[in-house]
Amino acid sequence: MRYETPETTRDAAALLAAEKGEAYILAGGTDLLVRMKAGLLEPDLLVDIKQVPAMNGIQQTAAGFRIGAAVPAVELGEHRALGRTWPGVVEAAKLIGSDQVQGRCTIAGNLCNASPAADTVPALMAAGAKAVVVGPERRRTVPVEKLPRGPGTMALAKSEVVEAILLPQRPAKSGDAYLRFIPRTEMDIAVVGAAVNLTLERGVVKTARIALGAVAPTAVLVPRAARAIIGTRLDDAALEKMAAACSAACNPIDDKRGTIAYRVKVAGVLARRAACIAYERAGGKR
Amino acid sequence: MRQDTKFTNQNFRVIGSRVNRPDGMDKVTGRARYGADYDAPGQLVGLFLRSPHAHARIVSMDISRAEKLAGVKAIITADDLPDLTNGNREMLDILENSMARGRALYDGHAVAAVAASDVKTARKALKLIKVEYEQLPHVTDVDEAMQPDAPVIHDWIFTQGVNPTPKKPSNVCNRTEMGHGDVDAGFARAAHIIEKSYKTEQTHQGYIEPHACVASMGPDGSGELWVTTQGHFAYRNVCAELLGLDIAKLKVTSSEIGGGFGGKTHVWAEPIALALSRKANRPVKVVMTRDEVFRATGPASSTSIDVKIGVTKKGRIIAASAELRYADGAFPGPWAILGAMTSFACYDLKNVKTVGYDVICNRPKVAAYRAPSAPMAAFAIESTVDLAAAAVGMDAVDFRIKNAAKKGTLSSYGVTYGPIGIGPTLDAAKNHPHMKAKLKKNQGRGMACGFWFNFGGQTCSTINIAADGTVNLSVGTIDVGGSRASLSLIAAEELGIPYEHVKASVADTASLGHNDMTDGSRGTFSSGMATIVAARRAIEVMKERAAAMWDIPVDKVDWKDGHAVAKGKKNSKLAPLSLKEIAENSPNTGGPIAGHNEFVADGAGVSFASHLCDVEVDPETGATRIVRYTVIQDAGKAIHPDYVEGQFQGGAAQGIGWALNEEYIYGEDGRLQNPGFLDYRIPVCSDLPFIDTQILEIPNPDHPYGVRGVGETSIVPPLAAIGNAISNAVGLRMTHVPMSPPRILAALEAGE
Ligand SMILES: Cc1cc2nc3c(=O)[nH]c(=O)nc-3n(C[C@H](O)[C@H](O)[C@H](O)COP(=O)(O)OP(=O)(O)OC[C@H]3O[C@@H](n4cnc5c(N)ncnc54)[C@H](O)[C@@H]3O)c2cc1C
Repeated sequence: MRYETPETTRDAAALLAAEKGEAYILAGGTDLLVRMKAGLLEPDLLVDIKQVPAMNGIQQTAAGFRIGAAVPAVELGEHRALGRTWPGVVEAAKLIGSDQVQGRCTIAGNLCNASPAADTVPALMAAGAKAVVVGPERRRTVPVEKLPRGPGTMALAKSEVVEAILLPQRPAKSGDAYLRFIPRTEMDIAVVGAAVNLTLERGVVKTARIALGAVAPTAVLVPRAARAIIGTRLDDAALEKMAAACSAACNPIDDKRGTIAYRVKVAGVLARRAACIAYERAGGKR
Repeated sequence: MRQDTKFTNQNFRVIGSRVNRPDGMDKVTGRARYGADYDAPGQLVGLFLRSPHAHARIVSMDISRAEKLAGVKAIITADDLPDLTNGNREMLDILENSMARGRALYDGHAVAAVAASDVKTARKALKLIKVEYEQLPHVTDVDEAMQPDAPVIHDWIFTQGVNPTPKKPSNVCNRTEMGHGDVDAGFARAAHIIEKSYKTEQTHQGYIEPHACVASMGPDGSGELWVTTQGHFAYRNVCAELLGLDIAKLKVTSSEIGGGFGGKTHVWAEPIALALSRKANRPVKVVMTRDEVFRATGPASSTSIDVKIGVTKKGRIIAASAELRYADGAFPGPWAILGAMTSFACYDLKNVKTVGYDVICNRPKVAAYRAPSAPMAAFAIESTVDLAAAAVGMDAVDFRIKNAAKKGTLSSYGVTYGPIGIGPTLDAAKNHPHMKAKLKKNQGRGMACGFWFNFGGQTCSTINIAADGTVNLSVGTIDVGGSRASLSLIAAEELGIPYEHVKASVADTASLGHNDMTDGSRGTFSSGMATIVAARRAIEVMKERAAAMWDIPVDKVDWKDGHAVAKGKKNSKLAPLSLKEIAENSPNTGGPIAGHNEFVADGAGVSFASHLCDVEVDPETGATRIVRYTVIQDAGKAIHPDYVEGQFQGGAAQGIGWALNEEYIYGEDGRLQNPGFLDYRIPVCSDLPFIDTQILEIPNPDHPYGVRGVGETSIVPPLAAIGNAISNAVGLRMTHVPMSPPRILAALEAGE
């Protein structure tokens, strides 16, 4: 196995393109190394992106925030402007594993690992985040919800690398929130995750995006659920309608982590609770 | 019972103090050596090939390509392990469990093992071994395994305990019946009869340290084993018998142990590690992965239990019965027997009957897990006891107080009790501030009682007094929970020296006589007694030496506060001689001073506990949070209160995990789906509240200090206490453990 530490995103992509065997990007390694240790993967090439300056650091720009693909989750928690603007995204990142895991793991890795249960992915989808994707030839910007294709598969070419995650600037009176259900209090994988992002105008929901995790082969945006609360003051009837839309959008499996019936029901419950938190963060009073 | 081990109610100097444990510094600095921390020069890496099938015939196995791989030094299959057990089926089961003999009996059953110069080579060799399997029908559920059309796993099992013995083999290896009186007559007179059926899923002890050992066999037939174990003497005896070695020529050294809870009372990979070493003529190190620990060591039984309790109008239990079905895994064990014995042990009953069935299925061979078999039985019985209390409109604690066993009660398992602690723990529960704490919305309070026998057994300890007056205490019971601290306190107490002057060690099997394992909560009880007697014998020697130093008859010498004291007017000018002075002079007065004791420790006092628990249930997700938890238990005498409390808390923590989330999940294919700590959910720190404890001391009449074992009883009540609390929080009687969020939510929805 070869281990490379390129210094530009292009070089990283070129290394992937040139490798005939199995090649992987190594960010925090909290998914990749675990799978290698378990004997599930035997890479021929690891491309460590932590030495690439363009993939390090969080920048605040006129357009919003640019989070490098090698930035560990702990840095998201320490960035005050980011935490004020996108508390739901940050709280999702701060749910991953433990302090130790967060010292290493990245949200780009969380996305590219393509687990339907990844915690930051619903929050990023709800936030309208985009990924900067770089290949040896071209660079493109893709909405996050367009990338995961199914468990473990991404709409990325073999040689493509995510360089950064972009979060938009947002109007005042906005709030987002992410909640997940796990049977324990930490160190667990979401049985259901729900993210809600909304903007208010005089207490009325003007725009909203709602996404669910762990209830389908990928995290999913649920526009019908968003429509159920747009134009409302998040009254109980609207919340019920939204919860029902969330439950209806579920296409989960029965597995060791939860039953179909359980996930369907709890998706609605969590979306309702997350919506109330987001509403309050946006300055709304129910 | 020997007179010198009777309870004497003496006053203590250091017993009961909370001193630092002698192994603490090494453990927090990383200097302590656990199973995987031993290495031998030239050692090889041992890895196992395991069955991916729940039940399969091994049609053929080709190891020729693996054998030829450079770096592979030995491969072991069943062909290398002749049956030397002389018709002892239990021993043959242990051998067959270590390595499949023609048939793989569960997912994870070892079928071959490789020793190679490094991990990579060993892994490659495993891939080169070609096994052809013929899959056979399997069964993993205990009730299904008892059905007449279930695949019969062993053609040599004919149900024992029924008359006449059946002519057809089945998966039911044993039926056992306990009790007294006439339950039918009792039920006929009952004002209320409550009947309920329960299921509990399989759990693993979840010790953090995986099994690990280094085995080294010499060409002369002698060998050494460094291993993490709860019983190095037992490991030695079993391995020697299975491999045809002389017992005394195999020396086993135990490492520090990172948890065992019963799972390290049994050999798994160790005989194979020795066989690999013998074949390779090199030391072999085996360290299990977590996956292997879950799939191929011994978890606790899954169970299915029916309970029937009849009560009078006034709230007396007039008849009680239970049928308990325990899955033993691939080989027979005593697990349902223990369930049947412990079921109603907390109560004073005129008419009681329990029937236990031990059942074979395609799961790993069950091993002991802390008060083995009692928690599941207690879940079923104590849940039904709450229902019985409700049926007569009585408070759950008052109802138990009314029916509790006491001194003189004929227990459901046939023993008549001496002084016992169930009544006092219930009284303490009734008066505990926890009982008066306010509950919030969606919260409920529950309680339950628990019982464990406690064991004694073969024990052997030695005290050696060094020339400067410090003392070596050698014991043969593994220290799993702070026993070196407790035993050092005991030696210091007897000898009259400071605790810090005693250094306790667990001796290897070549340095001390046989000791039974640290199981049955026997470590401090048995080795404590042995240490007391050993110390008293050392004192006798020191009195002789003092007599020699003073040149007076030995019957004129007394021992007081760590000093030899001369008796009588004639000797009043002789200043007392300290232990240190006597030790310093020992080269001239007869040489080294030692005290030794070997015996069978009898009279382990039974132990009872009452637990209180508050839970909060989220009615929309079914998630249960433990809000408050209190353990009240009789310790007889707490030698070192910190470690008694630690045992109380540890048992409760494990019980909470068992109650709420832990379970073996098998797929339709009979394979274990969650062999790792991600999906086998033991509690994390933040899942648990501070677990409050109250130690009661009702002396055991058969121990000089009154000690009872304390290690196991604490895991018995939690399943039921939590089930009862959930019932009081949301009005649901949960009958299936774990009471996981999906199960609770499904029950809530069904109830609506
Ligand atoms: C103990 C533990 C607890 C965990 N708990 C959680 C949890 O609570 N919630 C949760 O969602 N996850 C959890 N995880 C999973 C993991 O930590 C997260 O998915 C994490 O975000 C992965 O990030 P990483 O940087 O470590 O990814 P890596 O392991 O480095 O990479 C993951 C995958 O993505 C690919 N990849 C990484 N970066 C890029 C990139 N820039 N471009 C293209 N491909 C890329 C890699 O090749 C690899 O296939 C846990 C893991 C552990 C070990």
